[in-house]
Amino acid sequence: MSRPMSSLRRRLAPVLLMLAAGSAPVLAADLPEFQLAIEHHRWQPEELRVPAGVKFKLVVTNRDGTPEEFESVDLKREKIVMPGGQISVYIGPLEAGSYRFFGDFHQDTAQGRLIAE
Amino acid sequence: MWGIALLVFREVLEAALIVTIVAAATRGVQARGWFIGGGIVLGVVGALLVATFAGGIADMASGMGQEVFNAGVLLAAVLMIGWHVVWMSGHARELAQHMKQVGSAVRTGASSLTMLLAVVALAVLREGSEIVLFLYGMLAGGADGLYAGLAIGISSGAALGFALYFGLLRIPVRHFFTATNWMLVLLAAGLAANAARYLAQADLLPGWQAQVWDSSWLLTDTSLPGRILHILIGYDARPSGMMLAFYLATAGLLVLGMWYSKRHLAGGHAGAAPQPARGAAAFTAPVRSTRA
Repeated sequence: MSRPMSSLRRRLAPVLLMLAAGSAPVLAADLPEFQLAIEHHRWQPEELRVPAGVKFKLVVTNRDGTPEEFESVDLKREKIVMPGGQISVYIGPLEAGSYRFFGDFHQDTAQGRLIAE
Repeated sequence: MWGIALLVFREVLEAALIVTIVAAATRGVQARGWFIGGGIVLGVVGALLVATFAGGIADMASGMGQEVFNAGVLLAAVLMIGWHVVWMSGHARELAQHMKQVGSAVRTGASSLTMLLAVVALAVLREGSEIVLFLYGMLAGGADGLYAGLAIGISSGAALGFALYFGLLRIPVRHFFTATNWMLVLLAAGLAANAARYLAQADLLPGWQAQVWDSSWLLTDTSLPGRILHILIGYDARPSGMMLAFYLATAGLLVLGMWYSKRHLAGGHAGAAPQPARGAAAFTAPVRSTRA
């Protein structure tokens, strides 16, 4: 490459990397934790109540023998849960309201709602 | 069957549209088909590997391996697209001229092309690994119409990609690479916003307000037009502040880079224009333009 190009690349790359690394990570300890499980391709519970206005950790356990994806368009969350596995996602702070979530791989049965209040 | 077809279609669509934009952006480039085909094959192999080691990936980074992996893949694609558009904006005019002069044989920078091969591979890998895990579950559960659903999903996703491609070909040659370059900028900005979403999900980045606006009354994320626009320009009915920041920062940086590249590279050095590919050049693999 010619010189201006490579110097541009050198200048761009760190900026993008900095963006990737982001500002200081928020400490995740001491957040309230809520449990959700999938069994026979249904959520347990199908309606989960959480406090509005606080960030929390949602722990999702897969009790089925097949992979599932915890997904919510409303919450902008998607994460695969392997058979017998457990994942956690961070959610919120949410405004009060109802947020739909579903199991992407078994949408006809795996439907649930998160109620923030 | 239709449930399977729908899920496969959704995943294929994203990869197909990205491949389409790359295919359009490399129009007229020698051996382009091999690069794109190679990218797809690499992506499928990568998808199988990622699906195989999904459990291991998930456990990395204190259980946030999936998010870190996805965000990494997305940001890598953003960097490569960025590199290509900046390079292209210094060469778009010559490429368009050569396309007029010598038909379809145009040489482009090999490194730039390799970047786009990687972008194709990463897109296929990311979406493909999800299809593999889904199908694995369906196979284990003994679902009906698995292969029919898979075939319908893949072919309809690919069909939409082809439709977009032939639509793009109607853009006049004079404006063609400018148009594809802008499409790549918006694509990269959307991918960066997606990376921000994953990092917020893992709590590695603050969300900066969960929802800046809500335009789902106009166009939902789950509708087909909403999905297509989500992939092409990063449309989101309810973006978070951090997603918006990533989107704008990426688009801004790329526009700045393109402007810089155009000013300092295009038409600067007389006599350094790349040779139109003829004769022996037609048999060689793509090489860097003489200016590179």
